Amino acid sequence: MDDLLQEFIAETRETLDALSGEIVAWEADPADRARLDAIFRFVHTVKGSCGFLDLPRLARLSHAAEDVLAAVRSGERSPDQKLVTAVLAIVDRIGEIVEAIDAGAALDDSGEELLIAALNAGAEAAAPAAQQAPTGQRVANRSVRLSTDLLDRMMSGMSDMVLARNELARRMRDQNVDPTIEAALDRLSLTVAEMRDTVTRTRMQKVDALFSALPRMVRDTAAEVGKSVQLQIEGSDVELDREMIEMMRDPLVHIIRNSIDHGIESSAERRALGKREVGRLVVSARQSGNQIILEVADDGRGIDTDRLVQKLTASGQSRGRDLSMLSDRAKLDLIFEPGLSTKDEVTTISGRGVGMDVVRANIEQIGGRIDLVNTKDRGLRILIHVPLTLSIIPAIVIGIAGQRFAVTRQAIEEIVHVSGDTIRVDLLGDTPAATVRDRRMPLVDLAALLGLRATDPMAADMLAIISASGGSFAVAVDSVLDHEELVIKPASPAVMATGIYAGQTLPDSGSPMLLLDCAGVAAAAGINFSRDATVEEEEAIEPEAISADALLFDDLDGRRRAVPLAIIDRVETIHASNVRFSGGRMRLLVDDRIVPLAALGEIEGHAELAVLRIKDGDAEIAYAIAEPVDIVAIPADISPSAQPGPILGVVVIGDEQVELIDPQWLLGPDALDIVRPGAPLCLIDSQSDSWIATFLKPVLEQAGYRVSTKASADEQPAVILTTDAAPATARDGRVLRLSNDRRDTGGDDRVYRYDRAGLLAAVAKRVNVA
Amino acid sequence: MSEQLFLIAHIAGRGVAIDSAQVESVVDIGAVIPTPRAAPHIRGLAALRSRVVTVIDTHAALGLPKLAIAGSRAVITVVDGHHYAVLVDSLEDVAPFVASPLPSGIGLDAGWRQAGCGAIERDGEPILAIDLTALVHGPSNDANAIN
Repeated sequence: MDDLLQEFIAETRETLDALSGEIVAWEADPADRARLDAIFRFVHTVKGSCGFLDLPRLARLSHAAEDVLAAVRSGERSPDQKLVTAVLAIVDRIGEIVEAIDAGAALDDSGEELLIAALNAGAEAAAPAAQQAPTGQRVANRSVRLSTDLLDRMMSGMSDMVLARNELARRMRDQNVDPTIEAALDRLSLTVAEMRDTVTRTRMQKVDALFSALPRMVRDTAAEVGKSVQLQIEGSDVELDREMIEMMRDPLVHIIRNSIDHGIESSAERRALGKREVGRLVVSARQSGNQIILEVADDGRGIDTDRLVQKLTASGQSRGRDLSMLSDRAKLDLIFEPGLSTKDEVTTISGRGVGMDVVRANIEQIGGRIDLVNTKDRGLRILIHVPLTLSIIPAIVIGIAGQRFAVTRQAIEEIVHVSGDTIRVDLLGDTPAATVRDRRMPLVDLAALLGLRATDPMAADMLAIISASGGSFAVAVDSVLDHEELVIKPASPAVMATGIYAGQTLPDSGSPMLLLDCAGVAAAAGINFSRDATVEEEEAIEPEAISADALLFDDLDGRRRAVPLAIIDRVETIHASNVRFSGGRMRLLVDDRIVPLAALGEIEGHAELAVLRIKDGDAEIAYAIAEPVDIVAIPADISPSAQPGPILGVVVIGDEQVELIDPQWLLGPDALDIVRPGAPLCLIDSQSDSWIATFLKPVLEQAGYRVSTKASADEQPAVILTTDAAPATARDGRVLRLSNDRRDTGGDDRVYRYDRAGLLAAVAKRVNVA
Repeated sequence: MSEQLFLIAHIAGRGVAIDSAQVESVVDIGAVIPTPRAAPHIRGLAALRSRVVTVIDTHAALGLPKLAIAGSRAVITVVDGHHYAVLVDSLEDVAPFVASPLPSGIGLDAGWRQAGCGAIERDGEPILAIDLTALVHGPSNDANAIN
């Protein structure tokens, strides 16, 4: 929040500096509409930021000034000298308060009511508020504002330096040089790398810097208007020019506030319309071509274009045009008319019609553009396209037909090898399609698309799964070479005109490379995802969360088996020396703990083993296998095993009989030596005889009881074990005495201490009674 | 008439004069990375120090058949903020000449018409002055060039 406050202060200060000329001009000519609009925008912006930063005094002042200025704009009041003076007094006051906030000094608020009162139409010319000198001096700034030109030059100098270093390294490799020179080069490399990171950071910022403030803002705004809104943020990792982020801040805030105030309906209204009660607001950023697209989508009522036309006509802003004759698109664009408001009442949040005209002005100033996708009653999507002048993105370098291309990492979902049934390529008609586990998607033959070489899609070996807006597609690639952070610059217009590149880059290799625009590639390949279809698909997927996947593996005895994926915690490779046959079963020493190990085969002869760490709640076991093979879907048709045991049944996977391991066998009571909480508690009450505690405990635990040697107040044991030596206490049905008398076999309250079966039976009996 | 500096080069076997104001530098470019699907006169990308330049196949830009073997001599020019390397066969030198419009009645053919912007005279031999921007835009952009 401090960052935001600092930014607000810096920004307000700058705007005030710029505005001082406007203010003087407006004073000279109060009828000047352009000046009025500039001042109006200033107070509106201050108001917006204040509501968000929780600065009530500033909010009150700016709100009051905005009210008056809005009245002037709509022609309700005429801008006389008195009004101008009053507004200017408020603007000055805003400046003073901002300085005071920055200095951390208190500022007396006594005059403010007078200032606000002076705005009223009937007010006497307020005695000029006693001009207080700002109480604090300007605080020394700890940051410096630099022109981005300078940063650009630094950046390109940095790239030159990296390339020179690379050249030097290459030359040195060719001839044997003194190790001390090599050490010096290493040090240079390290410094250069660090410098590069720093220099890079000076310009780039994650769009997260823009998004991080949104959840709070949305929450507060929604609370103010009494609506419930769920915010979803996507693509916070996209990096954007710092300058661009600054420019986007206000427009984004305006748009989101508008969305919540105008777009999303109240819960009651939404219920009546059959929508989800909670309004949904999706704010996302993504890179597309040489642009970053910021999108704000709500599922509210959308823009009622007919009402828009009515409003504009009624308020006399149609300027004699017959707006109803306009096309839908042009009607929608009326939202950008200055002074328009679709809302009937004015709230502190929006509804004054400032916003969209300002938003568009701001965005166009940075060479961007704004698109609206309006669906009446279904919602509004606002897409802000801003150019990607310079951007660093993590990218994966892929090789296609001998040439290297970069693809943004965020676009790549995964890279898979074509193998088996789960990942395969088929021809549907003449169109190749890739199947990756349970998804089927189009396969783009990039080499052919790029005209590099005709390839046989069926021969594809490695697939990169790429997500473009709306859906995914697969691309056959020859190799995946590298993973690099790349500085992407726009390529020349003739290259960009192909529509399949997002830019060019010069990686460390010194050989230029093109960044593929995944959306462009999809478009060039004729792939078209309908957005509506995917949205519905997403909603449909939610309920069927249980998918029966299994891990297919080769077992130690050479058989191929499968085990449900859901119970596998992880797969690890361990050294065979950590496995011991001890205490009657195999145990694995791992993470300084002993975990029971199950296996259906010989462990002998393996130096290293793969183990499946299986965990379900508190039950844990390891299962040794030879090698994991693949992840497969379990067919619904399972032939049950002939007898109970480790194998639940047999399924057919890829024309092969595969035994399915029974999770109940793995995690069943016989397999584990760790007792679950909630099991019946046995209290061993024998201070005198340590035998019973030491030897009986494992026996009881193995039988699935919890064992304690001390009674705790909050839990009553089901069985109390004691010995003959202990003094007889009040008769208690739970007490079981262990005797040294071999003849005690049938008794109800006495059991011979080495009669294991009898003892367990007696304990079980007591537990059942309890 | 004032004299301007012109760079005399050879393209497709013809001598041409390039206004030195358009020339940022003269270089030997290294490996050219192809740019699939781009216009035919775009040969590809090359690295020039820390900069990526777009390499213009001058023959294709003039509407002439492509040369099988690429020359590596290139003239670097900047158009709309982008750097281009315009391939030339060879370079002579830079000298001041008086630029004059094309003699009336001479109609240039094919791609030369778009690129030609005047003539200079060197020791009695007329040399066509060309505009690199036209080469960068390539032959397909006739309409744009007129607009």
